[in-house]
Amino acid sequence: METLVFISQNLDLIFERTVQHMSIVCVAIGLAIVTGVPVGILITLNQKAADIVLYIAAIIITIPSIALFGLMIPVLSLIGQGVGYMPAVIAVLLYSQLPIIRNTYTAITNVDPALREAARGLGMTPIQRLRRVEIPLAIPVVMAGVRIAVVMNIGITAIATYIGAGGLGAFISRGISQSDPRQLITGALMVSLLAIVSDYFLLWLQKRLTPASSSAPAGGH
Amino acid sequence: MIKLEKLSKIFETPNGGTVMAADKVSLEVAKGEICVLLGPSGCGKTTTLKMINGLIPKTSGKIHVAGRDTDTIDPVELRRSIGYVIQQIGLFPNMTIEDNICIVPDLLGWERSKARKRAAELLDLVNLDPSIFLKRFPKELSGGQQQRVGVIRALAADPPVLLMDEPFGAIDPINRAVIQDEFLRMQTELRKTIAFVSHDIDEAIKMADKIAIFRDGKLEQFDSPDDLLARPANDFIASFLGSDRTLKRLSLLKVSDVMLSGRIRVSAQDDVATARDMMKEAGHKNIVMVGPRGRARGYLHLNDVVEASGTVEEHYQALPTTVNVDADLRTAVSRMFRHDMTWMACVDDDGFFKGFITQRAISHQLGATYRDTPTEGLT
Ligand SMILES: Nc1ncnc2c1ncn2[C@@H]1O[C@H](COP(=O)(O)OP(=O)(O)O)[C@@H](O)[C@H]1O
Ligand SMILES: [Mg+2]
Repeated sequence: METLVFISQNLDLIFERTVQHMSIVCVAIGLAIVTGVPVGILITLNQKAADIVLYIAAIIITIPSIALFGLMIPVLSLIGQGVGYMPAVIAVLLYSQLPIIRNTYTAITNVDPALREAARGLGMTPIQRLRRVEIPLAIPVVMAGVRIAVVMNIGITAIATYIGAGGLGAFISRGISQSDPRQLITGALMVSLLAIVSDYFLLWLQKRLTPASSSAPAGGH
Repeated sequence: MIKLEKLSKIFETPNGGTVMAADKVSLEVAKGEICVLLGPSGCGKTTTLKMINGLIPKTSGKIHVAGRDTDTIDPVELRRSIGYVIQQIGLFPNMTIEDNICIVPDLLGWERSKARKRAAELLDLVNLDPSIFLKRFPKELSGGQQQRVGVIRALAADPPVLLMDEPFGAIDPINRAVIQDEFLRMQTELRKTIAFVSHDIDEAIKMADKIAIFRDGKLEQFDSPDDLLARPANDFIASFLGSDRTLKRLSLLKVSDVMLSGRIRVSAQDDVATARDMMKEAGHKNIVMVGPRGRARGYLHLNDVVEASGTVEEHYQALPTTVNVDADLRTAVSRMFRHDMTWMACVDDDGFFKGFITQRAISHQLGATYRDTPTEGLT
């Protein structure tokens, strides 16, 4: 009850921090897609490179977020960005690499060999094959990777408040330090809500982007 | 149109060995002909086919397509100029049927409207209503419909040469026969030069102008279906073709190939005595009775009318069955056996009497090939 009162009195602040939170996640994921998808595609050309890249990405994702934030402070301090928005974005960007690269790589390598052969046999160049066949077929799987990354990183971004990046984590950290359950619960509630809503939105988007054949009703014949 | 000269392919296997998948294969497919590459699994049919459009790089030898050495053509350009159909069909699930058909025209930079119009024409050609199918996705089609689309996609840019790798292999036997017939009908108009991989002898006999039989990468025999069945070059080929290979030849021959003239005939009002004399003179045991305009109506059997008098009409029996002159001998023989007859009247599409066939004439025709070459066994 007290929490509800707190929420209704602080809608502006909640909104502001939600936007802050999402701007970290969205910018970082956007950059992760722009970098991860091409890397995922490129490594399909070389098994060895794929093994190495996926291994590194898997290691990154196992670093605890607090440790990663801590590691970045001295490095980014060199350019005067040790704390705040920048390290938070970079951390989320790094964490997103594994699901996005791995899903892109898997999706492309899993394209039915018969389709690849048909594309080659009809006279498509490797680039045309990627653009017209392999990438369109990979999109749903890549999107699934993006979903995983977004949901995971909404949680991780909550911790970014400790390096001064703001966001919904601020409610939680203040709630803890001030022993104020209202702030704590508000923060936790909002982070969870954000994760759930984003997940459903991306699921909807993923379905929209899937080749129409699977969503269009099958006609009688 | 397609010419292979000492074409070879050696694959390196992962464990360091080598496989001779094609071993100095030389053959030539003439313009407008279907050449079926036939043989057991793993004999190198697919490898040979894919070397033609460069999907598998050859180890040695020469390939000429439409008079051009394929070494001098950019592989991508080469593939766009050759139609390609595979057993797995390979329609792209993310594209409509229309876009699937238009792939090669689009790659070649055809005007969009021209390519789309072509897609509709081609669907018509295989009896798929364009207004229904153009905008559908591959998933929404049955297997047979998808395979038809796979074939017309290869024909979209009107290439003179077509490569087909077991194109009807994934379809159930009934639909397969329908699609084969449909394809042959199209081919009589299109006159494409086709290399067609199959492991099914009956399909090969049906589709081929020439059959190339492979074993372990080697071309064992290259002949017309009838010559192949009549004179297999060695025991391997003979056993691959099967012990009933002479019977298989029946489907290559038409009733009209062995039909005896239907000039000897009687009509209802003729005298039985006349009919009897005609049979005795011709040495026949039966004579066909025709109607006023020449349709086959019945017959007289000599033994039944030795003593009879009166008109034919009073003594004739109905014909148990007839056969169309354009039917194949397999159909004819099967019908004869079913009705326990040694002869059958042959009629045209309108039922007019054209002549008759006898079991003797058929076996004589099949045997003739062997009599010409006495060194070959009568197996
Ligand atoms: N990529 C490859 N690497 C190694 N061996 C291969 C490869 N492709 C085919 N072969 C071998 O070459 C032979 C001929 O294969 P293929 O042409 O596919 O036969 P078919 O189409 O007549 O069944 C087989 O022994 C097969 O195992
Ligand atoms: Mg094969």
